[in-house]
Amino acid sequence: MKNQSVKSNIDWISVIIYIALVVMGWLNIYSSSLSSTDGTYEKQLIFILLTIPLIFIVLFVDGKFYEKYASIIFGVALLSLVGLFFFGKTIAGQRCWYAIGSFTLQPSEFTKAATALALAKYLSDTQVNLKDVNRQVQALAIVFLPVLLILPQPDPGSALIYCIFLLVLYREGLPSWYIWTGFIAIALFVLTLVLEPEYVILIALLVLIIMHFKGRAVDRNLILSAILLALISGFVLSVDYVFDNVFKQHHRDRFNILLGKTVDMKGIGYNTNQSEIAIGSGGWIGKGFLEGTQTKGGFVPEQHTDYIFTTVGEEWGFAGSVVVIALFVGLFLRVIYLAERQKTKFSRVYGYCVASILFIHFFVNIAMVIGIFPTIGVPLPFFSYGGSGLWGFTILLFIFLKMDANKVNEW
Amino acid sequence: MRKVLLPSLIIIAASLLVIRIFYLQIIDDSFKLKSENNAIKIKYDYPERGYIYDRYGKLLVANQASYDIMVIPREIKNIDTLEFCELLNVTKEDFIKKIEKAKVYSPRLPSVFLAQLNKSEFAAFQEKMRKFEGFYFQKRSLRDYEVDYGANIFGGITQVNEKLVASNPYYNSGDLIGKQGVEESYEVTLRGIKGVKYIQKDKYNREIGSYKDGKYDTIAVQGEDITLTIDAELQKYGEQLMINKRGGIVALEPKTGEILALVTAPSYDPGILVGRQRSKNYTLLYHDSIAKPLYDRGLLAEYPPGSPFKILTGLIGLQEGVINENTTFFCHHGFSYGRGRFMKCHNHPPAQQLHNGIYNSCNTYFAQTYMLTINKYNNPAYAVDVWSNHVKSFGLGQYMGYDLPTGKRGNIPTSKTYKKIYPNGGWRSTTIVSNSIGQGEVLMTPIQLANMMATIANQGHYFTPHIIKKIEGEKIDPKFTVKHETTIDKKYFPPIISGLFDVYNKGTASRLRVEGIDICGKTGTAENFAKINGKRTQLKDHSIFVAFAPKDNPKIAIAVMIENGGFGATIAGPIASLMIEKYLRKKITRNDLEIRILNISLKDQYAKLGGMAAASLIETTPKDSVMKAKMNKPIPKEVKITKADTTQEN
Repeated sequence: MKNQSVKSNIDWISVIIYIALVVMGWLNIYSSSLSSTDGTYEKQLIFILLTIPLIFIVLFVDGKFYEKYASIIFGVALLSLVGLFFFGKTIAGQRCWYAIGSFTLQPSEFTKAATALALAKYLSDTQVNLKDVNRQVQALAIVFLPVLLILPQPDPGSALIYCIFLLVLYREGLPSWYIWTGFIAIALFVLTLVLEPEYVILIALLVLIIMHFKGRAVDRNLILSAILLALISGFVLSVDYVFDNVFKQHHRDRFNILLGKTVDMKGIGYNTNQSEIAIGSGGWIGKGFLEGTQTKGGFVPEQHTDYIFTTVGEEWGFAGSVVVIALFVGLFLRVIYLAERQKTKFSRVYGYCVASILFIHFFVNIAMVIGIFPTIGVPLPFFSYGGSGLWGFTILLFIFLKMDANKVNEW
Repeated sequence: MRKVLLPSLIIIAASLLVIRIFYLQIIDDSFKLKSENNAIKIKYDYPERGYIYDRYGKLLVANQASYDIMVIPREIKNIDTLEFCELLNVTKEDFIKKIEKAKVYSPRLPSVFLAQLNKSEFAAFQEKMRKFEGFYFQKRSLRDYEVDYGANIFGGITQVNEKLVASNPYYNSGDLIGKQGVEESYEVTLRGIKGVKYIQKDKYNREIGSYKDGKYDTIAVQGEDITLTIDAELQKYGEQLMINKRGGIVALEPKTGEILALVTAPSYDPGILVGRQRSKNYTLLYHDSIAKPLYDRGLLAEYPPGSPFKILTGLIGLQEGVINENTTFFCHHGFSYGRGRFMKCHNHPPAQQLHNGIYNSCNTYFAQTYMLTINKYNNPAYAVDVWSNHVKSFGLGQYMGYDLPTGKRGNIPTSKTYKKIYPNGGWRSTTIVSNSIGQGEVLMTPIQLANMMATIANQGHYFTPHIIKKIEGEKIDPKFTVKHETTIDKKYFPPIISGLFDVYNKGTASRLRVEGIDICGKTGTAENFAKINGKRTQLKDHSIFVAFAPKDNPKIAIAVMIENGGFGATIAGPIASLMIEKYLRKKITRNDLEIRILNISLKDQYAKLGGMAAASLIETTPKDSVMKAKMNKPIPKEVKITKADTTQEN
């Protein structure tokens, strides 16, 4: 009877969007890898078919299983990351794969779901109040423990993804200054790269002076303002120092391209330039399926993985791009909507994590492809080629859909 | 509030992405072009150019295969350079230079290593080509001239200039195009339409198949063959007669306006401007600024027509009613007019009527007629315009609209002309009387002279001269079948024609009669000057002759102009009569005359204008062995020119 309830209670809207994205993803992988002979699209088809048993397993497992064993799952996931240091296979300079025969598995793709479970489990404890600094530190520890293991692989893209958990914590009561600090830090970072650090500090000083006189009387605390200015100055100067002295040239280049500072289109700028050409040549309705000249010519590197969206842009045009973006946004909002109506805090937090993780991948990936974000290797969920990624995202999503289908029985 | 942050972020971020994508795909269209440059290569398939035939279907111009040796520098792998150079007959230094040049262009893309090899040059290389990795050949089609004459008629093929590439979307840089002659005027017909293939490239610039399964590809359309109105034998004969002379011959068929022969001298073998020697030879011809072998004198050379123009003066006098057939003027070796001015005339009986006025080419007669015509009206300006309109109705003083790309208008003065020359007025019939005998301001090209004769042969109408007879599967321009009527009534032509007929019987060309063919003709002489060492020097007169034949049912009208040939009857006259005989009878009975004309060389005359340029070596020389033999024969004594032959006339 359980089967019956899953079938009738599962959120079919999410499932249909999921299927649509996977199918579209495969068609674009097919188009972009048609000329290569290494069986890329056949392999992806196998990966997709293998998600079917995976989904059934996820759905048939008892709904309470995930909550009960969240900590263990998280522990196993962390161990798999640790294991990479000993048994990992290095591909393209990154030691983040397990090789099983000819197939490779990237554990960090699964760690996201495990982290989400662990965070949900931790926050669902009624004792936890995020106003408490100790709790804040513990929650952040759960989030950044995997980051510490992923960064040295090195995989900065995956590490970046974990920042999105801050939004989940905010939803659950993390003080808002964390978020504001985050936004201000990002803004200062970008400003420092564009302008000289002295100017950024000057701007900060001006803003603080204006706030001091225009703000409410309560805020007129000179000492606080001075501390703030000192912190900002310290941050700006250290960003400048890190950028110039700690970052490697190829890191710096990735930012410089975005800021329009480097114009070497044959070298480091090649990827972004080619993907912009491919997308830009799509026009309103694109060149048609299998008709993309840039796609066929293989001008865009990594087109079937991180740059898969260029195929959408070139062959399906603006119309196709908007449809894909709309489907993703629809899925995110649907998942948030479902999360908000969950009866347990555990499943609500988990749902929020799912939406956040999918969203940050989606945004960083497409923003990178269309040249408004530095080049960071982040896959487009359900679209990009690769078994680990597809299965990781599928498990992530379907665990939540299982919880959602199960909520009726949870009383 | 905390619930709203994530959905808001999602919507803001998605909007940001959509805006950026909209900018890339819709607003900034530079990416579209970049993508095409990136990924699509256009390949052209050039159709074979149409053949050219003469009026009887003799093949004149065909095509031949030629081979370009291509090289992709990066793909050259340990080849035997010595053997390679020997096969292609290039030096080792040349080889290294060419490879370096190709590398500079692109190490990955093909460059032309050696262009336009003919079949025999290529054959030896082809056998061993496998051994030379990095080299391959590209077949091209070149013109193959079946005849060694008619260069001015055919024109040639050359690479399009960049200006045309910019203005005409059909042509791409490096394409070939017809230049001059029928190659230019029938370019679109002859060339056909090239086929286009769009080829998808990959990032290594390799071809990976056709773009969109050939949806935009087009198949080449074969060029069409054309048949010219030219009589190849007559053309060839005309060019042979002109050896060692400068000038032009134009022969028309009066009934249709078809151009039977269009000879210019000096000329050259069209075959020397094909293939590897083309640029060398073309440069030689181009720089011969004195003999000007590339200048079509039949169409471009404007001369004062001299005496043949008297025919028009007579016709206009009749039409205007100032004379009739029996009007008599007296001539005592010339004609006094104005204040003590005198126009010389030559030795002939004093009393002249229209008929003998023509065959004696009496200056006085036509000067009087012209003055009567102008004085008929009170206003000389009006009178000149009346006269001018009559003349222009013969197709003179204008581009005639024939289907060859070059031409000159000539000049027929109007009242405007004289207003310019005499801004204060005061000019009258005596001022401009030189026009009456084809001097003064009157200028005509040989084709205009020929057309004038065709009009007279037709007794008052002409068809626009043209060189196209037939285009495979296409109608020729209907403007060539439109009859142009002159302003002269038909009834005034027979007396003039009978005068022209007696030019052969009693007049200036009486020695040039051809037994059994009634020819009507008129001699002419044009004075000319040249600057030699900065001094204006009078040179020997240009020799002119116009004619048509037979008198009844004319089949050919002809104009012959020989630069510095002397009196009309000396060289131009005999050439005209030989051409007429050749065309009507297909053979020559007067062998002595033929041999004499063939052996006349005006080289000494032309040497005064400046030394013969290096180009003279490749300009017309007889290749035909029969012709060579004839030219080497001594001139038979009994037909050697005598003074009496060259009755002086103006």
